[in-house]
Parts: sequence; structure tokens; C-alpha cells
Amino acid sequence: MADHILEMRSITKTFPGVRALSDVTLAVERGEVHAICGENGAGKSTLMKVLSGVYPAGEYEGEIVFDGQVCSFAGIRDSEHAGIVIIHQELALVPYLSIAENIFLGSEKRGRLGLIDWNLANAEAGKLLRSVGLAESPSTPVGTLGVGKQQLVEIAKALSKDVKLLILDEPTAALNDTDSAHLLGLIRGLQERGITSIIISHKLNEIVAIADHTTVIRDGQTVETLDMSDPAVGVDRIIRGMVGRELDSYYPERESHPGAEVLRVEGWTVKHPTQDRLVVDHASFDVRAGEVVGIAGLMGAGRTELAMSLFGRSYGSYVEGKMFLHGKETRARNVAEAIDAGIAYATEDRKKYGLNLIDNISRNVSAAALGKLSTHGLVDANEETKAAEGSRRSMNIKAPTVSSIVGKLSGGNQQKVVLSKWLLTDPDVLILDEPTRGIDVGAKYEIYTIINKLVAAGKAVVVISSELPELLGTCDRIYTLSTGRITGQLPVREATQEGLMSLMTQEKELVG
Amino acid sequence: MTQTVGPTSEPEAESATAPKDVAPAVANGVGTSSVRTLLTRNLRTSGIYIAFVVVVALFAILTGGTSLSPGNITNIILQYSYILILAIGMVIVIIAGHIDLSVGSVVAVTGATSAVLVIRHGMPWWVGVLGAIGVGLLIGAWHGFWVAYVGIPAFIVTLAGMLLFRGLTLRILDNISLSPFTTEYSRIASGFSNGLIGGAGYDAFTLLVFAIAVAGYAVSQYRTRQASVRYGQPVESMPLFIAKIVAVAVVVMAFAWQLAHARGLPYVLVILAVLVLVYGVVTKRTVFGRQVYAIGGNLAAATLSGVKVKAVNFWIFVNMGFLAAVAGIVFSSRSNGAQPGAGNSFELDAIAAAFIGGAAVTGGVGTVVGAMVGGLLVGVMSNGMQLMGVDQSIQSMVKGLVLLLAVAFDVYNKRRAGASR
Repeated sequence: MADHILEMRSITKTFPGVRALSDVTLAVERGEVHAICGENGAGKSTLMKVLSGVYPAGEYEGEIVFDGQVCSFAGIRDSEHAGIVIIHQELALVPYLSIAENIFLGSEKRGRLGLIDWNLANAEAGKLLRSVGLAESPSTPVGTLGVGKQQLVEIAKALSKDVKLLILDEPTAALNDTDSAHLLGLIRGLQERGITSIIISHKLNEIVAIADHTTVIRDGQTVETLDMSDPAVGVDRIIRGMVGRELDSYYPERESHPGAEVLRVEGWTVKHPTQDRLVVDHASFDVRAGEVVGIAGLMGAGRTELAMSLFGRSYGSYVEGKMFLHGKETRARNVAEAIDAGIAYATEDRKKYGLNLIDNISRNVSAAALGKLSTHGLVDANEETKAAEGSRRSMNIKAPTVSSIVGKLSGGNQQKVVLSKWLLTDPDVLILDEPTRGIDVGAKYEIYTIINKLVAAGKAVVVISSELPELLGTCDRIYTLSTGRITGQLPVREATQEGLMSLMTQEKELVG
Repeated sequence: MTQTVGPTSEPEAESATAPKDVAPAVANGVGTSSVRTLLTRNLRTSGIYIAFVVVVALFAILTGGTSLSPGNITNIILQYSYILILAIGMVIVIIAGHIDLSVGSVVAVTGATSAVLVIRHGMPWWVGVLGAIGVGLLIGAWHGFWVAYVGIPAFIVTLAGMLLFRGLTLRILDNISLSPFTTEYSRIASGFSNGLIGGAGYDAFTLLVFAIAVAGYAVSQYRTRQASVRYGQPVESMPLFIAKIVAVAVVVMAFAWQLAHARGLPYVLVILAVLVLVYGVVTKRTVFGRQVYAIGGNLAAATLSGVKVKAVNFWIFVNMGFLAAVAGIVFSSRSNGAQPGAGNSFELDAIAAAFIGGAAVTGGVGTVVGAMVGGLLVGVMSNGMQLMGVDQSIQSMVKGLVLLLAVAFDVYNKRRAGASR
């Protein structure tokens, strides 16, 4: 019988209205690298939050056995005390503090009088840095380091806590190839020192290269645990486990009659706003009138970044590439120009980027089209009300009047307000980023119906979605995006979830 | 068109085409609204008016009616006009999510500019006025540049401006006061229109002006209501609507009656009324005003809706500079000279007026009228306490507590609104 350092048995976690995990089982052998795979929203992060005590014992059902003992962690401190350290995708370092200060934050090295002994701290930090292969002075402020090096600081910090089980959530998502290779090498090195690692990753090649076992999670349930030493288990085998999600919504029928090309993008390349890496790398695609084109990609693939950079360069810094509308090159350098050119972008995060939640429906709907509703800078309040009222009816926004405050509407109705706002600008191309995220099934169906009406009216629609069934159910054509590059293009009748997933996880071969 | 229907009924004019799919539960509030819904639905905005009425009544009782005497009402207006003018600009700054700490110093430096031009160089009064406004606009552009285009928080930029322009005032005035102004200039703030069309013991012209204003208000309100009905929007019921107009008319005419029995119509009140009207339209009806609210409400969403955030922020501060200059002119005219310490702590009064008047600390909320009532509330309170001979120290403490409570009320309201979803 294998020696399991961690067993999670029948873990069930529910949020109001949603069952995020149901009866999940995970067994990790001592000293192995164990990968967890699953689509966006499959429940990987929730499972790790249960394990690390972010959701304390009592908030979930099931049992965690760590190092032979049943554990009930009340918080992160408890789990860290037991030797479980989690490194999140968004690094939790204080940029203005030095490496040593960050490493010992919360567990400061105290000397006489309870004051911090900086000589000791810096010396210890230096040792830890050498063990992770980071050649930096412990007094360097963390903010001056690149993401790859910051990742190493996080690992050094974990090592300072006598870690037995290290959990890395998407450790290489923000790293370039060299840094990724170095990090994976380091994880192997930790393995030799007896540290067990759990890696959550979308990069399946990396998993195949490094993991001893892979547990696949889908829709909050364990699908299977694969033994990676079996030569028959490769990327394709993992993908087969990840996809096959049941249809959770139905899609209204639509006849497809694509017309002339409306949007064409050639070699679009965008750099990260602060880091020196390409987020979108020579992406080319086109959309026709009356056509719904999907963009499939996993978290961090650059979907939103691609869309926003096309929308008046509102993300990152433009490097190169051309955009054509109706065959004519368009240089929309800011959002206002993009709107004028006929592009609309409905954000994936409507509360943060889409709506003024403290204002009413009417003024949210008119926000991007005030130019059309005004003469000499004066807004025609009656026309505005009429337009908003028209949207309320045609979109079936469930609110008593258009002067209802948007923050009080349900997610589905808020999304309809976002769509109304963009339709009022009368765009030729609508980019819908996760148009059904966080809304219920009924409202999803309504959104799909609205999309169908738009293409029937000759609009070109781009749908970005994490849910492959949604793309398969609404699109005519689907592009796949992986690490900023378009890796494939499939007409919907040729596309399958497996096919898309394998294109979505395609990446440059790993070095080393 | 003008039936009086209860609060839960369907919108009358459009009921034939009204959507049938609106669930009954959410249909509440459609149609015309009663007094209760009018007050409770918008406690944030109505709270300040109720508080104002209470404070006015309270001090009328405490001072035995002196606070509402013709002379005193005129005094309050003259005394607080420049704070109110500053508050107009300040509420716009605050709605956009900024703050301006420099306006007191800008009042001083613009007043000093005009004093130097008119008193020291003997220029006509209008040269002083134009000079002051020019300096105000330049200062606004200076602040706007640093806030909008360099991206430095307004708190820092205007804190620097506060020191910078106070120093500049001292420099311009050589550390001494300049006075007196010519009579033309000092009439801006202390002038009255009186006896233009006669009246026995009262100024008929004042009453006429106010009567026209009330009539204009009634007509514009009626037209707005008609338009709302035409577009199927909820409106107050007709008796309530009439009651509201009558109440406003009675209060305004009573105010006019008192003014007419004192020194007549102060020019300052005319300036203030014009500014309130213009900026009421600017904030509520113009694209610029909408963009200000959008920036304060959700900066990211505004940017992604095509709002040119930098330009809007720039012009907000230019406008604040302009209004600070107007306040500087009124203040220098009223004090009939320019002092190195003029306008000290005016910024705090203007900020307090905006917040007491319902502006939100987080931006996106606030109205010009609210800020006016907030400023008047503080004015009536201070004036009442002065009449009662309350010690300066107590006055300051009371003002501080009122500000704190007003913002606490706002935060409480927001938490309640947030909890509902």
C-alpha cells in the first residue's frame, strides 16, 4: 500500500445555491509531484482552499487526513503549522519590502528585547535563496524582481516554514519559457529533499513532464487519478478526462448565414503593461457579418487581453498588428475611437469594468452613446429615457422602471444592461467576454437568444467563453488561443470539446 | 394624462403597451408615488432637506424669530455666498472622486490679483474681475494638469497648491492688506437692487423677480412631469406635485418678502442663483456632467465606455479654479480689500457643504442643490449660534459633529443599499 501523505475523503463544499465540490477524493503519495487538472471553474481552487483552511473545518463536509492525522484546520495558520503551504496564482508578496522581510513576514526572526534580528534574518534568507537558485541579495525590494523571481521568493518563504506539502496554483501561468523550466526543475529538486508538491496547471505538457500522478476534476467531482508513469498516459488522455462536461444549458436554434467580412485582425501583438512578455502574440482572425465567432482559451491564455487591446488599446502596450473593419484599416487608439469605428466590448467583469452600480439603468444604458443622445453637449433626457425603456422591454430587463439602481439587479439583468449599453452604440462588431458568467440558466438562455437576434440583424459577434459547450452551442466558428497565440480554427460542426481542449493546451515544447 | 393613482399601479399613459412579464413583486413603485415613498425611497437626498427645515425651525425658536428677520436673512446670504460658490465647484470635484484643498488660497490670490489691479494700479473694476478670473483659470489648469495628465492624487496636488498660492498671495500683497476698493467694485458683493419700481416700505422689484422665478420653476417642473408621463416614467401624483410646487413657492416668496423688507435684492444672490441654475444644468443635463458622475461612480467602466477621463478631470479643476476666482472676487469685494490671510479654511467649509449635502466620499454621488442646502445648513447653524452668543469653540465643535454625522449617515445608507444585494 502506498504511503499517502494526504488523503482528502468525500469533500463536499456548497456555496449558497451552488455545489462547488461534491464528494471529491484526493490521495497524494509522500514525496511525489501530484497534478490537479480541470477546466476553469471545475473546483480545483476551491479544493485547495478547503485543504489550506481558507474555508475552515465545519464549512465543508468530509475528512482530511494529513501525515496520518485527521485534521480540522481553522485557518491558514493551522495548515501552515502542519506543513501545508499554498502559493497562489496572484503572489502574496509586499512589493516595497525586501526579500528577507517578505520571507519572514509574520514569523519574524526575533533577537534580544523582541526586536527583529536583521543579521540573522538576512543570513537565513540568503541560505533559502541559494536553495531555490535565486541569485539576489536578501535586501532587494521584491517589487524590483520579475514575476519568475518573485515566484522563487514565494517558494523560499514556504521552505522557511518547514513545508511538507507545497501547493502551487498555476505557478507557470505568468512565466516565460526559461523561468517555467527553472521552476519545474526546482520542484523536482524539492522532491529529492522529500517535499511533496501539488501543482494545479493548465499547461498539460508541463504536467506530463513533471507529475507522478494526475487527478482530474470536472464540475466539482473527481473524475479519475492517472498514473503518469504509464507511457499511454499523455496530454490526450488528460484532456479526455477534463472535457465531457454535461450540457447545463440549452441553446436556441439559429440558422447561420455569414455574410461579408466585418472584422479582420492580422498579427496582433500586445505586451504586458508592466512585465516584459507578450500577452498576445501575432494573433490573426476574422469575423463575418451575421456570424458568431468563438474564442476558446484557458485562464491566462490572453483572451480578455486580446479583446481589450483591440478595443481602443485599453489593455497593455500595443506592439504591432493591423485591424481592418469592412476591409479598411482602422487605428482605434482609444476607446472613444473604437466605439466610433463600430466596435463594442462587453467586459467579463460587469461589476468592476462594465457598470456604474450606484447609478440607474437609464444612465448606464446611455453611458457609451451620450454623443448620439445629445445636441450641443446637452443630453436629451427624454430620448435617453425612451432608449433605455426600449432596451428594458426588448431585453426583458426585470426592473420596475429604468430609474432602478443597477447595483440592485440580479446578475442576469445587469448583464442585459451591459448589452443594452453596447447595442445603443450601434456597433458592427460586438465582443462579448464571458457573456453568461455568474448568471442563472434561464438568463443564459435569454442572452443566447439576444446573440441570435444580433447576428440575424447582421452584426458580427465574437464570444469569449471558458465554457466549451457554450461555444459549441452558440458559435459558427471557434478559434483557440493558448499563451497568446491562435493555435487553431474550427468550424463548429467539426469541433469537439476534446479537439478544442487539445488546441487550447497546445504550447511550445518545453526546454529541458 | 394626470390621474392620481396609488403607488402600486401600472404606469397609466403606457399601460396598454406595458410589459406583461414584469413580476408583480418588482412592479412596486411603478406609476405615481405617494409622500411616503417619495421620502423613504430617497432618504439620502430628502434627509438633507428635512435636516435643513429642522435646523431653520430650531434656530427660529431658539433666537425668538431673530434668525428669520429680514436683516438677518440678508446677512446669511452675504456672509456665506462665497462658501456656496466654492461648494458648487467642490461638489463637482468630489463627485468625480477628487478633493480640492487649495480653494481658500485661490480665493486669496485671486482677490489679491484684483486688488493689485484695481487699488494699486487704479484700473477699472472690470479689469480686476477679469484679472482674477484669468488667474483662477490658470491655477485650475495647473491643478488639472498634475491631477489628470501626470496622475498625482488631487489631495497632494491641491495641498501643494494650498501652500503655493498662499505664499503667492503674501508675495503679491507684500504681506500687507490692500484696501479700500472703488465703490463700483465693492458693490459686487454689498450692492442691492432696491426701489427700481418702487413699493412702500418694501422693494416691489425683488418680489417681482422672485415671482417670475417661482413661475418659471412651476412651468419647468410641469413640463418635466408631462414628459415623464409621456415616456411612461413614474411621477408623483398630481396633488402631491401641486403641494410640492406650492410649498416651494410659499417658502421662496416668504424669503423674498423678508428680503424686500430689508435692503432689497442683493447682487450676490443674483450671481449665486445664476451659478446654481447653470451648474444644475451642467451636472444633470450635459454630457460633461454625466461623465463626471460616471468617472466617480466607476472609473474603469467610464474609461471602457469611451469617456476621455483625463480631459474631463482637467476641466473639472479648471472649473474649480474659475469658481474659486468668482468666490475670490465676491469675498474681496465684501471685505472691501485683499488680506494675506483671506479665505483661510474656506476649503474646509466648502468640502463640508458638499458632504453634508449628500455627496459620497467614494465619489459618484452628489448634487449642486444638495451642496447649497448643506452649505446653508452650516450657515444657518453658525449664524444662529452667533446670534445666541454661543462661544466660538462650541460652534466649531457643533459644525464638526454635524459633518461627521452627515457622512456617517451616508456610509450607513450605502451599507444598507449594499446589503440588499
